[in-house]
Amino acid sequence: MADHDVKAMTADIECPVFDTTAFTIPRPLSECTVAVVTTASLHHRDQADFSAGDTSFRVLDGSHRDFVLGHWSPNFDASGYAMDVNVVLPLDRLDELAASGRIGSVANRHVSFAGNQFELSTVRLDSGPQAAQLLLADGVDVVLLTPV
Amino acid sequence: MSVLAHVFEAAGLATVALGSVRSQIERTAPPRGLFCDFPLGRPLGKPGDPEFQHRVLAHAFDMVEHATHPTVETFAESIADDGESAISCPLPPRHDASLPPAVDEAQGLRPAFDRAVKAHGDTAGTGRCVAPDDIPAAIAAFGRVADGVPWKQAGIPGIPARVAQDIRGYYETAALALIAHTPAAWETTRWFLHHTEAGKVIKAARVAMEAADEKRALWFYLVPSGI
Repeated sequence: MADHDVKAMTADIECPVFDTTAFTIPRPLSECTVAVVTTASLHHRDQADFSAGDTSFRVLDGSHRDFVLGHWSPNFDASGYAMDVNVVLPLDRLDELAASGRIGSVANRHVSFAGNQFELSTVRLDSGPQAAQLLLADGVDVVLLTPV
Repeated sequence: MSVLAHVFEAAGLATVALGSVRSQIERTAPPRGLFCDFPLGRPLGKPGDPEFQHRVLAHAFDMVEHATHPTVETFAESIADDGESAISCPLPPRHDASLPPAVDEAQGLRPAFDRAVKAHGDTAGTGRCVAPDDIPAAIAAFGRVADGVPWKQAGIPGIPARVAQDIRGYYETAALALIAHTPAAWETTRWFLHHTEAGKVIKAARVAMEAADEKRALWFYLVPSGI
């Protein structure tokens, strides 16, 4: 079993095609609030676990970094996350970038979806836009998207 | 994930998406995509290496700052998986010969698991559906499946793939307390699957479920693809 074997099995998965690509130019990065949105199915221990095929999202409180990995797929390495959550959710690194002035600030809340989805219309039309509105309401300008 | 990037940009958020599978990130074409040739599960590359993680973020945020149209770029550094290496990790000696070897082994690993949780938290280990105290019993249930008992009658405490994840997570978390370094990606997984009694039990149960003509979704995801 090798990482490239696992990746090869995902290479031909059908991907959604967008007719157009929206593109937002943000304010200067040093003024931007940055959030992380991950598809690693992270959640707080007291939040509901993700079910298989779950198209909803969990809101992650950046001040309580007790995130657990709820992804259903066995096809990724979890030991890196077990040792250092920043390898998936780099909030400590963002804090350092904010302290240095590279970014304006780190959002108080972040968002987690379940990756490995095959039915994407709900995410595209419902839960995805809901998450976007939540982030915009929090003053977020820039989103870093991370998979596992 | 790229779907979210498209949705967020349309809502007025600037995004940059990390991706570890080149074909996926190129075909889904997020507004800003950064292909990072890293093993799956480690999108920032190296756990416990803030400098490396900052280099990834620096490239990503440079794209946010400077890209004027949709683009996919490649991070300059790669991390390869050799597909073979596993951690060298001591396993507990037999303690109770009356127990199946895998159950005895799991019980013997409990102190290591607890030490690892104290050091790192239980962030990727157990608790999806099996508590640490119940891991040995869950392994025993898979042992019964391997011996030919239909999985529904074997006492597996949940959906088999989810239970298997907790067993694997218990072992891989315990391993972190038994080695003195950060393991490369997949090294703890290969140790679990190929060098532990519990890994052998899970694989044997998978073979038995397939042979019993159970639904593919029930047994296929007990272990990573390619096993």
